[in-house]
Amino acid sequence: MTTALAITDLTKDFPVGKRLFGPPRGVVHAVRPVTLDVAEGETLGIVGESGCGKSTLARMLVGLLPPTAGTIKINGQPLDNADPALFGRKIQYVFQDPISSLNPRKTIRQIMEAPLRHLHNMPAADRARRINQIFAAVNLREEFLDRYPHEFSGGQAQRIGIARALAADARIVILDEPVSALDVSVQAQVLNLLADLKGQFGLTYLFISHDLAVVEAVSDRVAVLYFGSVVEVGPATAVFSQPRHPYTKLLAESAPVVGRPLAAPEGRETELPDPLNPPTGCAFRERCSKASAICAQIAPVMTEVADGVSVACHHPLTGPA
Amino acid sequence: MSAFFKLLARNRLALAGLIVMGAVVLLALLTPLLPLANPDVTDLGNRFKPPLSEGALLGTDHLGRDLLSRLMWGTRLSLAVGFAAAIIAATLGAAIGIIAGFYGGRTDNVIMRGVDMLMAFPYILLALAIVAALGPGLLNALIAVAAVNIPFFARNIRGITVGIAHKEFVDAARLCGMTDTRIIVGEVLPNVIPVIVIAMSTTVGWMILETAGLSFLGLGSQPPQADLGSMLGEARSALITNPHTSIVPGAMILVIVMAINLLGDGVRDALDPRLKSGALSRPMPTTRVERGAVPAPKRNALLSVQGLETQFHVKNRIYRAVGGVDLTVEPGECLGLIGESGSGKSVTALSIMGLVASPPGVITGGAVYYKGEDLIGAPYEQLRSLRGRRVAYIFQDPLATLHPLYTVGDQLIEAIRAHHPTPRAEARARAIELLKSVRIPNADQRIDSYPHEMSGGMRQRVGIAMALANDPEVIIADEPTTALDVTVQAQILSLLDDLRRDRGLAIIFITHDFGVVAQLCDRVAVMYAGRIVEEGPTKAILNRPAHPYTAKLMACVPELGQGRRELAAIPGLPPVVDALPQGCAFADRCHKVQDECRIGDIGLRDLPTGTRVRCIAPETTVSEAAL
Ligand SMILES: Nc1ncnc2c1ncn2[C@@H]1O[C@H](COP(=O)(O)OP(=O)(O)OP(=O)(O)O)[C@@H](O)[C@H]1O
Ligand code: SF4
Ligand code: SF4
Ligand SMILES: [Mg+2]
Repeated sequence: MTTALAITDLTKDFPVGKRLFGPPRGVVHAVRPVTLDVAEGETLGIVGESGCGKSTLARMLVGLLPPTAGTIKINGQPLDNADPALFGRKIQYVFQDPISSLNPRKTIRQIMEAPLRHLHNMPAADRARRINQIFAAVNLREEFLDRYPHEFSGGQAQRIGIARALAADARIVILDEPVSALDVSVQAQVLNLLADLKGQFGLTYLFISHDLAVVEAVSDRVAVLYFGSVVEVGPATAVFSQPRHPYTKLLAESAPVVGRPLAAPEGRETELPDPLNPPTGCAFRERCSKASAICAQIAPVMTEVADGVSVACHHPLTGPA
Repeated sequence: MSAFFKLLARNRLALAGLIVMGAVVLLALLTPLLPLANPDVTDLGNRFKPPLSEGALLGTDHLGRDLLSRLMWGTRLSLAVGFAAAIIAATLGAAIGIIAGFYGGRTDNVIMRGVDMLMAFPYILLALAIVAALGPGLLNALIAVAAVNIPFFARNIRGITVGIAHKEFVDAARLCGMTDTRIIVGEVLPNVIPVIVIAMSTTVGWMILETAGLSFLGLGSQPPQADLGSMLGEARSALITNPHTSIVPGAMILVIVMAINLLGDGVRDALDPRLKSGALSRPMPTTRVERGAVPAPKRNALLSVQGLETQFHVKNRIYRAVGGVDLTVEPGECLGLIGESGSGKSVTALSIMGLVASPPGVITGGAVYYKGEDLIGAPYEQLRSLRGRRVAYIFQDPLATLHPLYTVGDQLIEAIRAHHPTPRAEARARAIELLKSVRIPNADQRIDSYPHEMSGGMRQRVGIAMALANDPEVIIADEPTTALDVTVQAQILSLLDDLRRDRGLAIIFITHDFGVVAQLCDRVAVMYAGRIVEEGPTKAILNRPAHPYTAKLMACVPELGQGRRELAAIPGLPPVVDALPQGCAFADRCHKVQDECRIGDIGLRDLPTGTRVRCIAPETTVSEAAL
């Protein structure tokens, strides 16, 4: 299997409290060095709570944000200047809010033509043919092309967003919470469509979501993000059923599941660490029941603990949860 | 576009403004073709002829020039200069505003500080300074008027652009390979143009006035050229002796500015989407009620909703958001209300206490009995005293209920004292106690925090504390955990569960998550297109969903621990509630649909499992259900 996307030590710091002159008042490490490989044809799920850096990571991967440090390689070729036009042909993005990702004053046809025209310099006749092909693939009717975005439901708008990503002809697609804004009955339609398209066009997906069940249902592998760092990576079948990192376990136990009694798996007072004043050592230690002295001093690094499972923890969990 | 003109024409004053302005502009355009005397030829023998004199319809001025002709030519010039200034100011101002707003950061900082500096001067002073520097003359007056109006446009447009530049469609355009220039012209500008038009239509009148002002002072048009301002200026010395020389240009200025401003306001209203949706029409304190027969209370429940119907009347459409809903809750019980977006869950919840905005909302039927007392149509005073004290709400977005400028403590104290006059210190102690009861760490310190200083989970806990402030008996929670992370959601759910067990609270919990329902609720009601399609004990429904919709919906939802798989989807979309089909609303998406399904109204029927279902061919037959 070849590696479609290789991220090495990708980092993003945001200055906060910027002043007109002089250095900023503080720095938030939104993404701490992240290293991940995604194989061709694979779906890598990324889960984590709000504010853990999922969207920042995704935006760096498509060139919308310049990374502070680290490299991105697509099929072995480095992409180091943050130029979305360069990225656009190789890696595309599907947005969380389907309606606001479509310009309200353009027809769907104008929206669909943009990537063909600007990324591929395609002549008009070819464009029309290609748009028809793609619309057929995402089950949209051609008469939609001359309408405006506000005339569509969330599910239809998300299909249009997916169609636009396909038009760029990129092999890697980042799906940033693609179904969170949709209703459950429509969510399943879109997830199934994504699975179809993946087979049909030989795509590689990065699927970002806060919904563990959805991630588990669509992913081959899952990476768990906490406070800007990857804390666990493993096969989707194992990550939640046999978590190695105490945080993954907490996530899995917090998800409401039919047939499991209600219980808050941790004390109710906990909060995420303060990004302006990050803790030393392991960022999870204040919420962790296994924390020991070493956790306060040394930040754990990713280590492979089982076949295909890596975890950043000094005392990884063993055995079934 | 035609919708825009319709809206504009509905506004009588704006229409009048449009007609008057159209006439003035037409006359100004036709001036060179009309058989008018030369406006600049002096005839000292015929000075100050009164209006309606032979050969001079409006009389003549102090040099014997024909006033009608001067008025026409002057109007033409004043309009031209005013419009030119408006276009220049709008173009430059918009360009500056778009660049500052689009690029942000330092560019924005530098540009906007400059604009602020310009705005700090009184504008007439600034205009005078510019003309003083450039020298008098109509062109220089135009430049000055345009220049002093640029900051206004720049500020307005920048504000709008900042909002647009952060929209996802701009990112999407980048990913489609569009350059910044292309994005500004192709994506941002079309969304900004309505605002530019609004700003222009509301300021062009002022610009005409300002130009006239400069000419009046002798800094604009130079003799013998006539514009409205200079005509006024020249007539000043004869104001008492020959008032008509002042009145003629003065009346024209008045007519033009009035017409333009009326038209401008009309344009603004027609283009502003907020005004279009009627946001300015003042809502009534409680939802309007127009119901026929009132159903009698069935049995003595704590809160019972019977046959509730709520509609939205928008223009000539009727949206049947809630089409006859029955619900009951008892103390200590948690009722789940589950359904997709738009199924009417929130409207049901808001109708209970008359919180649906009217207009457009109208409660058209049913009753809500709280301890046997009907709340629908109850006077505002009575509802107000029950709101919060007996029935409290928790909303999805705690920020919507918390005021950003007051500490959470102040707001809690306010909530406590609204219903029970208590000394402040006592109320504060009670507030801290409440915060502790929702398990906010360091409650004594946190009480002085502002909402934005707290995390989403914390704020939602404060929202719950507010709801608990007056010991209500019923809590209506509208998706209180949807915006929260799973770990926080688990905390809030277990908190609510404890509260109802400890205090005997009745909870109506609105959600779209079956996992949450399964964990928290004793009974569940499934809503579809404004009606309850299935209702009963949670266990029975989750184990054996009887309505095809419930069964399908449950199959759609991926559940943790089932691994990678294809999900069952429901084809199609829910019906729009302003055009509900005959018979079963789910018929178009149902795999078991039969001809009878589409004929008449289908009632809720009891099944032996204790559930009630609105379907003629439920999934579980009576014999199956008995198992
Ligand atoms: N102010 C309004 N004007 C017109 N129609 C409205 C208004 N508010 C709600 N509606 C309509 O009433 C219906 C029911 O809306 P409601 O908000 O109760 O749905 P919901 O089940 O709470 O959905 P969600 O899960 O999205 O919160 C929808 O069709 C909606 O479009
Ligand atoms: S490193 Fe230590 S504190 Fe961090 S998760 Fe592992 S055991 Fe817990
Ligand atoms: S009434 Fe008919 S169409 Fe409606 S859910 Fe039942 S079987 Fe399906
Ligand atoms: Mg709602």
